[in-house]
Amino acid sequence: MTAPALTGRTGGPDDAVGGVVPAEVVRPGTVEEVADVMRAAAADGRTVVPVGARSKLTWAAPPESCDLLLDLTGLDRVVEHVAGDLTVVAEAGVPLADLQAQVGGAGQLLGLDPPEDGATLGGVVSANASGPRRLKYGTTRDLLIGITVVLADGTVAHAGGKVVKNVAGYDLGKLFTGAHGTLGVVASTTWRLHPVPPARRVVTLELPDAAAAGPLSITLARSTLTPSAVELIADADGPARLVVLFESIAESVAGQARAAVTLLGGGEESEDLPEDFGRRPGGADDVLLRVAHAPASLSAVLAALPAGASVAAHAATGVSHVAVPAADAAESLPRLRAALAPHDGTAVVLRAPDGVRDQLDHWGPVGDALDLMRRVKERFDPERRMSPGRFVGGL
Amino acid sequence: MTALAEPAVSARTTALAEQLRAAVGIERVLTDRTQVRTYECDGLANFKVTPAIVVLAESRQHVVDTVRLCSAAGVPFVARGSGTGLSGGALPSADGVLLVLSRLRALSPVDADNRQVTVEPGVINLWVTRDAAPFDLAYAPDPSSQLVCSIGGNVAENAGGAHCLKYGFTVNHVLGAEVVLPDGEVVHLGGRAPEHPGYDLLGAFIGSEGTLGVATELTLRLIRVPEAVQTMLVGYRTVEDAAGTVSDIIAAGILPAAVEMMDALAIEAAEAAVACGYPEGAVAVLVIELDGPQVEVEAQFAQVEEMARARNAFEIRIAADAAERALMWKGRKSAFAAVGRISPSYYVQDGVIPRTKLPEVLAEMKRMADERGLRVANVFHAGDGNLHPLVLFDDAVEGQAHEAEELAGDILELCITSGGSITGEHGVGHEKRMKMGKQFTPEDLDTMQLLRCAFDPDGIANPGKVFPTPRLCGERPGARKGEHPVQAAGLGEVF
Repeated sequence: MTAPALTGRTGGPDDAVGGVVPAEVVRPGTVEEVADVMRAAAADGRTVVPVGARSKLTWAAPPESCDLLLDLTGLDRVVEHVAGDLTVVAEAGVPLADLQAQVGGAGQLLGLDPPEDGATLGGVVSANASGPRRLKYGTTRDLLIGITVVLADGTVAHAGGKVVKNVAGYDLGKLFTGAHGTLGVVASTTWRLHPVPPARRVVTLELPDAAAAGPLSITLARSTLTPSAVELIADADGPARLVVLFESIAESVAGQARAAVTLLGGGEESEDLPEDFGRRPGGADDVLLRVAHAPASLSAVLAALPAGASVAAHAATGVSHVAVPAADAAESLPRLRAALAPHDGTAVVLRAPDGVRDQLDHWGPVGDALDLMRRVKERFDPERRMSPGRFVGGL
Repeated sequence: MTALAEPAVSARTTALAEQLRAAVGIERVLTDRTQVRTYECDGLANFKVTPAIVVLAESRQHVVDTVRLCSAAGVPFVARGSGTGLSGGALPSADGVLLVLSRLRALSPVDADNRQVTVEPGVINLWVTRDAAPFDLAYAPDPSSQLVCSIGGNVAENAGGAHCLKYGFTVNHVLGAEVVLPDGEVVHLGGRAPEHPGYDLLGAFIGSEGTLGVATELTLRLIRVPEAVQTMLVGYRTVEDAAGTVSDIIAAGILPAAVEMMDALAIEAAEAAVACGYPEGAVAVLVIELDGPQVEVEAQFAQVEEMARARNAFEIRIAADAAERALMWKGRKSAFAAVGRISPSYYVQDGVIPRTKLPEVLAEMKRMADERGLRVANVFHAGDGNLHPLVLFDDAVEGQAHEAEELAGDILELCITSGGSITGEHGVGHEKRMKMGKQFTPEDLDTMQLLRCAFDPDGIANPGKVFPTPRLCGERPGARKGEHPVQAAGLGEVF
């Protein structure tokens, strides 16, 4: 009954996920091989943690157990790019950058720009990673039009399709987006693409302090300007800048940049993006958070950040990446979460130094749908073998 | 074709009706046959089922009470808004409750800074844009039925519209939902922020066609009204030239707000119905709309005009003002009903193909129609390959209705074999559930139904829709007696 599985190798300290060293690491090369591995793991009740380039392993809580690390970087084929339809099918292990290079050859792009080096499509989906251009293109949930998943028992299932507009059946792509491997394995993905804009113009405005970005981002959002990104970049207690990116045809970006300078009451125009545009703030000694809130509450959110915080806020969207000092994070994080609550705000830990991580509540409050989420988990992974403990509520 | 089911006046439903009257008020519970028959179908009128009980909810509590009582009695319920759906998604259960939500129609004040508004499910789609307009905001999803269709129904079906090529579908514009689960529990999915920790159950709920619960409140994202809008109407002598223009526009990296196409029969119908003045002798017309910053729209509009000429457009009309734009859209938006002018009956189909396959699929569709001696009028969202073939037939001709239904089914299979989908915006509903097995494998459908089992293990929310066969959910898996080890360790709920 056990399917012939691939031979893996013994896991080592370099394979650890949240400090948990896997007993075995296996690297399948096809969706069918993933299914074989999953069936074999099911037969002997092993826990499985799927990974891609491992660039976001700290974004979810450490697993309770990891018998098998499922390395998906072998699923690295761009299966089908139909430029005329602006769609692409690519396996989960394809690095986002490689996909961008390939579709870029046809003057197209996938509208996702998380900065993590080497990140694979499966990882971007599973962690729901995003960057500054989410203002223009949205996030995975807006761009993923089809998905192939492998469940804990080895079942291979598809949802969605290869067309942009499609409402047949439940949208499992959305369910697996941000699920951090707790419902099954994302094996292949199908995306809606966009044309690469021919021209770019950047307006950079130095701010007296980060808080000034709040009203400015509301002003921009209520204008007819169509920026691709509005980024607040603020170092800990240092200078703050608002970077407004326009991407379209040359006439449009020139006109919009001029209008933005007028609207913002200043700002320097340039062709190039600042070097730190789109990067996550802070360093390895900080606790990195993803903060989400009602978009117009940016001022209140900035005011609630602990001293010493540095910020990369996707200002008009209601999502910010924030680095806070690790030393007092155990005290500052609950305070921040309490302050965010009136703004429908949440803060999720993406990274924390060793020793600090286990003092922090990784996900924070989840709301009244947690029990429903638990029921979903129990249906998809009844034996609780997929990335156990990594998700909200210990799922 | 017509399945007129008699209401099952069983002891079970009689008892339930009494309980419902006590809970939500006598005047809100209908069981009189002539009254409940009003609700026997939705916009897809060729399927009819008379519900045993109709509840006219006026508050969230009425919904909760109704769903709880249904759950306790094991009686199915079907939620319904304006009843404009075109796939039979709101077709009642003969032995069940039809839960009408159209009296839940409150809108909260527009939150202009957050560009959001919270509404009840019975609110009409167009009311949202009406309320948002003073703030230069708008609600993007614009199904052709937007004058009458409800937001709750839009959410259930993940409704689209002419402008979703650029702006996306209902799922891209709903931020939060208060949902009454099929056991009566109330949960909040999403909210006012764009992201929340946990599974994206909001994304999974939208488009689930009433099978996962009933939304009682929705927070919608509003878009800024663009600085400029320009619309052109282009007439062609061939479908290939029209389709070629669409390909050229996309290849040039232009993302129009809308690109709509109508063929000769659809044009003839629209002319007969609303005298929209479309170019005479056109075999195909395109309605192309661009929006955005003024300079961008002007430059790209000129480019599109050139592309149309290069593809032998024989007439190009540019809307000079909002009134002319409205007239161009009138022909398109009234097309379904207009077909009634040229045919005694018609069958509206909704399928999707990869846009690049448009010419070959249209040719094949024509061949299939000719073979059966039927005519098909085509109206479609050409930018995203969403076809709306209207199969014309005459009820008075023996067997023609059946032929038409079969042709409509064949067209869907053509969509599937072309790499597309059996529905782009109307939903699977009752009508297409048997086609799901052609687009998806049994494993796909079983996996989707795991979600159903998590939300509705007893299968009482809109049963018989979406899936060809229900999955038996069995025992709740992993249901543990006693404490989970993580909770026992004092870590539960947090880590």
